Amino acid sequence: MEAKSIIEFKDVNKIYDNGTVGLKDINLTVQPGEFLVVVGLSGAGKSTLMRTINQMHRPSSGSVLVDGVEVTDLKGRALRELRRKVGMIFQNFNLVKRTTVEHNVLSGKISYYPTWKSLLNLYTKADKLQAAEALDRVNLLEKLYMRADQLSGGQQQRVAIARTLMQDPKIILADEPIASLDPLTTRAVMNDLKKLNQEDGITVVVNLHSVPLALEYADRIVGMRAGQLVYDEPINRVTESDLNAIYQSV
Amino acid sequence: MDITTKMPHQSWGQKYHIKTLSLVLLTVGLVLLSAQVSGVDLAMFFTNIDQFTNLLVRMSHPDWAYVTIIWQPILETLQMAIIGTTIGTLFAVPFAFLAASNIVKNSWLHGLVRFFLDLVRTLPDLLLAAIFVAVFGIGSTAGVVTLAIFSFGMISKLFYEVIETIDDGPIEAMESVGANKLQVVHMAVLPQVLNPFISYFLYTLEINVRASTVLGYLGAGGIGVYLQRSLNEFDYSQTAAIIIMTLVVVLVINVLSDYLRERLV
Ligand SMILES: Nc1ncnc2c1ncn2[C@@H]1O[C@H](COP(=O)(O)OP(=O)(O)OP(=O)(O)O)[C@@H](O)[C@H]1O
Ligand SMILES: [Mg+2]
Repeated sequence: MEAKSIIEFKDVNKIYDNGTVGLKDINLTVQPGEFLVVVGLSGAGKSTLMRTINQMHRPSSGSVLVDGVEVTDLKGRALRELRRKVGMIFQNFNLVKRTTVEHNVLSGKISYYPTWKSLLNLYTKADKLQAAEALDRVNLLEKLYMRADQLSGGQQQRVAIARTLMQDPKIILADEPIASLDPLTTRAVMNDLKKLNQEDGITVVVNLHSVPLALEYADRIVGMRAGQLVYDEPINRVTESDLNAIYQSV
Repeated sequence: MDITTKMPHQSWGQKYHIKTLSLVLLTVGLVLLSAQVSGVDLAMFFTNIDQFTNLLVRMSHPDWAYVTIIWQPILETLQMAIIGTTIGTLFAVPFAFLAASNIVKNSWLHGLVRFFLDLVRTLPDLLLAAIFVAVFGIGSTAGVVTLAIFSFGMISKLFYEVIETIDDGPIEAMESVGANKLQVVHMAVLPQVLNPFISYFLYTLEINVRASTVLGYLGAGGIGVYLQRSLNEFDYSQTAAIIIMTLVVVLVINVLSDYLRERLV
């Protein structure tokens, strides 16, 4: 028997309010510990796919299971508990720029705190230590007390990864995490994600536009076009021409 | 090749700035029309200007001894402005968040809140002062309540517009880590809006210091009461002392708040 899947899409459709088809008949199963790369042209639906996993977008029909739990009808506390398990990395980093790196990293832990404690910034000693450790894993410990807007883009993205680490996530979703970074920082960020995947067994789903990077880092690559899954192969069966075909205009 | 043949076509309206031109014409037309309808006589302003100079001459000997009596009511005016602005702001903050479309996604709810805020802003502050003088009697309570309501209307609008212009990225990030609504506001919104909030608070305070001198005229406490008395008694040297002192205080407040606001940016 197959191991229990960590993410499962069953006949998922997403039609936006303005009628745009975001996802069409998606069936996809992701195993724990996989490093999955999603490729496809702009507008293919990669971000939409990713955001239905943590329910930042609600699918119009079908079901999505995360860690065995049906998530499409979660609300309130149950929804927040799902999101705690699923870290998200954004193209624009989305740090709070006017506060310190430490505060940004600690904010990953916020769903573990009762509201009043978090409003008073009463973080435990243990969590402050964990924040320092998380920052150390992305090699930025010396920036702990700096303001986030004093960091470079690549450094900000790695702070965002440290923030995600604070959640103790089972899954990390990264939506074009390196789109605004130079080649060197790109490596640092991708290596960080790979390290978390291999050392901590975190399932990683990354949207990428770069074929070479996809080939280098993925365990498995899926391709999207116009809201549909058009390609799904483990890395040892993927060829560069397959991927280039996904990027052909129709 | 000539670049002009490759340039995109510019519409006739864009080319001759039709929008701007018609707006200017419309504004000028409306001003002239309303002057005519309301019977404003611009000529009178110039024919009666000698009355004005006459008044200035009579006020040219400020009664400096009077200052020892009026500094207390001037302080009271300041206190009214500070308390009124603070109370108004405290009430305005939650409403500003409810009215901001990036915080409250339900368009019915933030629409309703905005409608209520619009209603509050339509109330003229002089009318409010007259009503509250009738309710609370002559004194600074009426002034404070008036200023609180006036600040509430103004601040809530300024604040929710600030909230709507923030970067939504951090909000998204906080939602994705599983923060609840209050935690999102605290972590992702407050750091972005705090400085503009303080700046607008000071700005409103400036306006209220000026407004509260006028409100006193209606009996709502402060220096305005003394201003009215001196004018009624044709004691223009006292009037002059009051005006000069008020100007000095307003100036000091403005300079202070300008300084603080510059430090914030
Ligand atoms: N909030 C929204 N409302 C309406 N349509 C949307 C919304 N978000 C995305 N879409 C549309 O859904 C389709 C898929 O968008 P999506 O953002 O998932 O694409 P993507 O593959 O991530 O593209 P990119 O590589 O540019 O990020 C597009 O046609 C887009 O215009
Ligand atoms: Mg996208």
